[in-house]
Formats: sequence, C-alpha cells, structure tokens
Amino acid sequence: MSVARTAILGRIRASLKAKAGDEARIAAANTRIATHANQLVPERARGPEQGRVALFRSFLEGQLASVIEVAGDDAVPAAINTYLQQMELPARLRMGADARLAAMPFAAERGLVVETGPAQADDAVGLSHALCGIAETGTLVMAAGGDNPVTLAFLPTTHIIVVRRDTIVGSYEEAVSKVRDALGAISMPRTLNYISGPSRTADIGGKIVIGAHGPRNLAVIVTG
Amino acid sequence: MRIETPHFKDNAHEALKDKQLQKALGGLPGGLVAQRAAARAKLPEFETLRDIGRDLRNETLELLDVYLETYERNATAAGAHVHWAETAEDARRIIVELCKAEGAQLVTKGKSMISEEIGLNDALEEAGLEVVETDLGEYILQIRGETPSHIIAPAIHLTQEQVEADFRRVHDDLPADRALVEPAELVGEARRVLRQKFLAADVGITGANFLIAETGSSVIVTNEGNGDLTQSLARVHIVITSIDKVLATREDLATILRLLARSATGQECTTYATLSTGPRRPGDVDGPEAYHVVLLDNGRAELLGTRFREVLRCIRCGACMNHCPVYGAVGGHTYGWVYPGPIGAVLTPALIGIEKGANLPNASTFCGRCESVCPMRIPLPKLMRHWREADFEAGQPPLTQRMALKAWTALATRPRLYHLAMRFGAAVLGAAGTWRGRFGWLPLAGGWTKHRDLAAPQGRTFQQLWAETQRGVPR
Ligand code: SF4
Repeated sequence: MSVARTAILGRIRASLKAKAGDEARIAAANTRIATHANQLVPERARGPEQGRVALFRSFLEGQLASVIEVAGDDAVPAAINTYLQQMELPARLRMGADARLAAMPFAAERGLVVETGPAQADDAVGLSHALCGIAETGTLVMAAGGDNPVTLAFLPTTHIIVVRRDTIVGSYEEAVSKVRDALGAISMPRTLNYISGPSRTADIGGKIVIGAHGPRNLAVIVTG
Repeated sequence: MRIETPHFKDNAHEALKDKQLQKALGGLPGGLVAQRAAARAKLPEFETLRDIGRDLRNETLELLDVYLETYERNATAAGAHVHWAETAEDARRIIVELCKAEGAQLVTKGKSMISEEIGLNDALEEAGLEVVETDLGEYILQIRGETPSHIIAPAIHLTQEQVEADFRRVHDDLPADRALVEPAELVGEARRVLRQKFLAADVGITGANFLIAETGSSVIVTNEGNGDLTQSLARVHIVITSIDKVLATREDLATILRLLARSATGQECTTYATLSTGPRRPGDVDGPEAYHVVLLDNGRAELLGTRFREVLRCIRCGACMNHCPVYGAVGGHTYGWVYPGPIGAVLTPALIGIEKGANLPNASTFCGRCESVCPMRIPLPKLMRHWREADFEAGQPPLTQRMALKAWTALATRPRLYHLAMRFGAAVLGAAGTWRGRFGWLPLAGGWTKHRDLAAPQGRTFQQLWAETQRGVPR
C-alpha cells in the first residue's frame, strides 16, 4: 500500500470524522452498490412499447444519424448495400467476429466486400452489433470486444450499427440491467460505449460540424 | 499552469478592450443559455433530477474513502493499475515515469482539466516526449500556446478567422492556396492531421468525468470521439482524474448523465459516453494493453472537511460560467487559472490558496444565476461569500476597506446611533441631490460614481417611511 494512498484516505477520513474499517459505513456503501437502486426514471423513458422505436428513431435522426428499419436479419446486408450506394460510399466494410452478423447473408450481396478484424487506418466503413438501444435519448449501447472491436466505431468514416428491435429499451437503467444480464453483476467489457450520433464538434467559432474525429456518418439498422 | 489570479483586475480591463475576444464571446454563451433552457423544458423531471443528483453526490462524498477503496478494488480486479497522487507534482512524476517505462515518444491526449491543473503537458515535454492534444479546441490552443478559457468549450474565446490563420501558420506542409473558409474545412484539416497522431501514439492520456465504484470503471463524455481514439489506439491508456469523481453505481451515472449534457450544451446527451474497465481482455483485438489510473488529491480531501465541501459535487458542466454576467463580459482567461467563472471563483482559492485567489470570489455581482442553473445545486454565491470572509479574516483587503467596514460594524451594531446617522445622511444627501435626483460624483464613493450615477435619497430613511406607513401617514 502506497504512502500517498494511506495519506489521502487518512485525510478524507479526518475531514469526514470517520474511522478506517467502520463496519457501518462500509455496509452502507456495499448495500447501495448491491441494490443499485434506480433513481427517478423520466416519464418519456417509461412510455409504452409501441412508441419506443419511434422515440429512439426521432432522437437519432435529430442527431443526423440515419435509421433504417428492416423486417429481419436476412434483410440487413441488402439494406447496408443500398445505404452505401445512396451515400456514394465504397462497397467495402469491416466487422468483428460477432456471430449474429456472421449469420447474415452478406455473401449474397454482389459487389459488397466484407473484411474482418479491428479497424485499419484507411477503412471507410465499420459494422458493429449493439448490445441494446435506449429510446430516451436515441442511444446505442456497444459492448466492445473481439466480436465488436471498439476501433470499428471510431476510426472509419462511416459506422453502421445493427440493433435488434426487441432490445431497444426505454431508459439507461434498463440498459444497465441488460449489461448485467449479459455479463454478470459487476462485470464490464473493456469498453462500453454509449453512442448517440455521428461525431461532432462546435470548437470552431461555435458552429456545429459533423464528423470531428469519429465517424461522419452513422447508420442504425433496426432489425427483427 | 501559471497562476495569474492576482492580476484579475488588469486582465479584466484588457479583456473588455479586446475586440477579437468580445466578438468571440458575443455569439456563444447566449446560445448555450437558450439551448439549456430548451433542453430543460423538454424534460419535465429536470428540476427533480437536480435534487436527486445533489443528494447522490452528497451521499457519495459522505462515504468517499469507502467508495474510493471499492473503486480501486474493482478496477484492480479488472487489471487496472491505480496510482494515488497527493499533489500536482506527484501526479506529474507518476505519469512521466509511466511514459518513460513504456519507452514512449508520442503521447496523445484527450481533454482533461485535471491535466491543466497539474501542468502535465509541460512536464511531459520537459521529459522529452511529444504531446498532442486531440480535442479540437485543445489542439487549437496548443498550437497557439494558450490555455482553455472555458471548461467544456476551451477555445470559446477564439474566432474562426483566428483558427484559420493558425492552421495556415502551423500546417505549413499543406498547399498555401487551399480553401479554409468553412468550419467543415478547418475541422477536416485537423482531422487529417490528428489521425496520424492517433495511429502513431504510444500512450493515450484521458481525463475521467467520473469513476464508478461498482465496476471499477472510468467514464469519459465527449462529442468528437477524440477521447475514444486516444484511448483505444495507443498501447497504454493513462487516466488522470481526481478523488472527488467517484459515483457508486451505473444507475447513479444515468441520473448524472441526464443532467450533464443538458446543463452544459443543451444536448439531450453527448454523442459519446464511454466506460472503460481495465486493459484489453483475452479475445479482444484492439484496445490498450495497459491501463493506469492516477487519482489526484491536491487539496480536495482537506476541502471535504471545510464549509466548502459542497463544491466537490461539481460535475464540470460549465453552466455556471455560461450564465455568469462577469464571465460573459471578460472571458475565462481573465480569471488567471485553470477554472474560470463561478466554479473557479470557489474552487481556485481552495486549490491555490486564498492569498493568490482572493480576487476571484470578489469578481461577482452576486446575481445568483450560477446557483439557479447549477445541476448539482451548489450554493456558489454563498461559498464565494465564505471566501470573502476568509479573505477579510486573513487581513487581505486594503486598509480603507477594512476601516470602512469597521465603522459600519460600529454603527450597525448600535441601532440608535445607526438611525441617527442614517437620518442625518439621508437628509443631507436628499437636500444636496434635489436638483437632479442623482449624483455624478460623491466624496468617498468615487469607485461607484466613476461608472454610474448614485440615486439621491428622497430625504427620509426606510425606517422612517415604514413607521409612517404603519401609522397611516399619507405619502
Ligand atoms: S459548479 Fe455547477 S454549474 Fe458550475 S460547472 Fe460545476 S456543476 Fe456545473
């Protein structure tokens, strides 16, 4: 244990007039973490299921993302191909090892080249699968890893995210529950990203410019 | 960062005369004020969320030592190295040593006010490292040799024309006749230049808006995505943050995120919020191989035990400065150190000492707008007043001011003497001022009348008028 650590914790306890190893205080913190109670969840995040995708969609579009709804996984590659053509983007994308993406019929898309692995410096398009979506702000929750490498979300000029319709929840709190369900009570991936639009900046004269360092284009494909 | 706080008054005069600065300030803060108001209107629960945010930050601070230990335990279990730094110097030394141990040459940096507080860039450069700021605003400041003037919009004091001139000067390997008129062209150029740095960096340094005890995660909140490229492309990710940033759970983070972006820029949420936990895992194909977190104290643990504790709830949204008339008039650099505006007026004296920071809590009109918008409901005016008291007790104000206050105290604590003196004063001033109803100059009040007139009293004191009203005397 470092000297600095002991000194800092000692100063904090002196300021709080608390003792090290005070069982009641430790229990209070542990209980708060173990119960991880929701605070106030806004009304808009608690709305009925029917309106949820529309809310999710409207916020994303407000942030200048494209939202494309398709009937099922089999329709995803064609939707991507069409989007790339409409945006006049190269028909070449990269994705990770995600089994859900791998099961989609990309081979049937003529002219669409699919590569795998983490993003390379000159990649134009990255494709990832979201863990879930959050309607209250139009946010995608991405659990990064070998399945969905984090660099795919930030290096390429265009990022495409596939999200299953039935995983779009109302609130941040529900999304956290989904992370717990997928990974365990307190486990996290190396990187968990909340993404709510293409990258942007207002650092030059206060004017909003889309495409700062991350993607210029964000397309969200809602499937299922 | 150099401490310029004692020169607040001179700096303010300069700032008011600076045409470029006034142009840059003219457009922005008003926009942020309107955007915040619009975002607040769209979320009916906003005011209640502020109460909840305040309470949960208070609860965390009350158990700060326990939450920090929990954070450390969970972060370490995920493979993080947690370092504790008592002072700015300790933090600099730890980070320089980590970079050296990695044999690093190029360091990219995300935006971090703590790194400004500890003067990290200078320390890294002295150690022979190349440091590149990657937040667009910070990058512009770095090539200009300036410091941030706002905690979330660091280059808010600059105009687009100034940025264009800087890019032409610094990116001198690009064609001189290239188009750089549109903001998008400037952003595109910076993007291309900084890409090379992201890809070549050995170490990526970011701050952390928050730490989460439950999972041992650090959180960054950005719109540009630069922090994410900084931390996922370099071999080593170092987080520099302070001990007050810890939250208990991801649910608490949800509440805080609902308040942060809306208060800061009026966005429903920022484009990115990223929770990082340890280094890359087996099976990961990208992300940093090592992950270090440096926890800075620098006076905060002690602050926790003072009447200034509430300032530690701050989530650095910048709303207080966006709404501050003084900040809006003179800009952030005038404050002379890392944290400008109302939050700076309270935090700076705590971190650098009231001897050096006394000017800041005095640079306030006490209009109260900062407190009325602070998402954490920090009573900023009250805390500024505490600093004024501390300053007075330390014997700092000029002799004339102290004499005047002593005389005032002598009067104000003796009601009969007070009434007598006030009646006399009101009668004399009322008689002298009947001609115009106001004074352009008065002895002993030159500081006031230099810039505005003093209304002449109407010849009777408030107490007299009140007594007459009670007795039903017609006015
Ligand atoms: S003091 Fe309040 S308003 Fe100012 S930056 Fe901190 S949280 Fe925001």
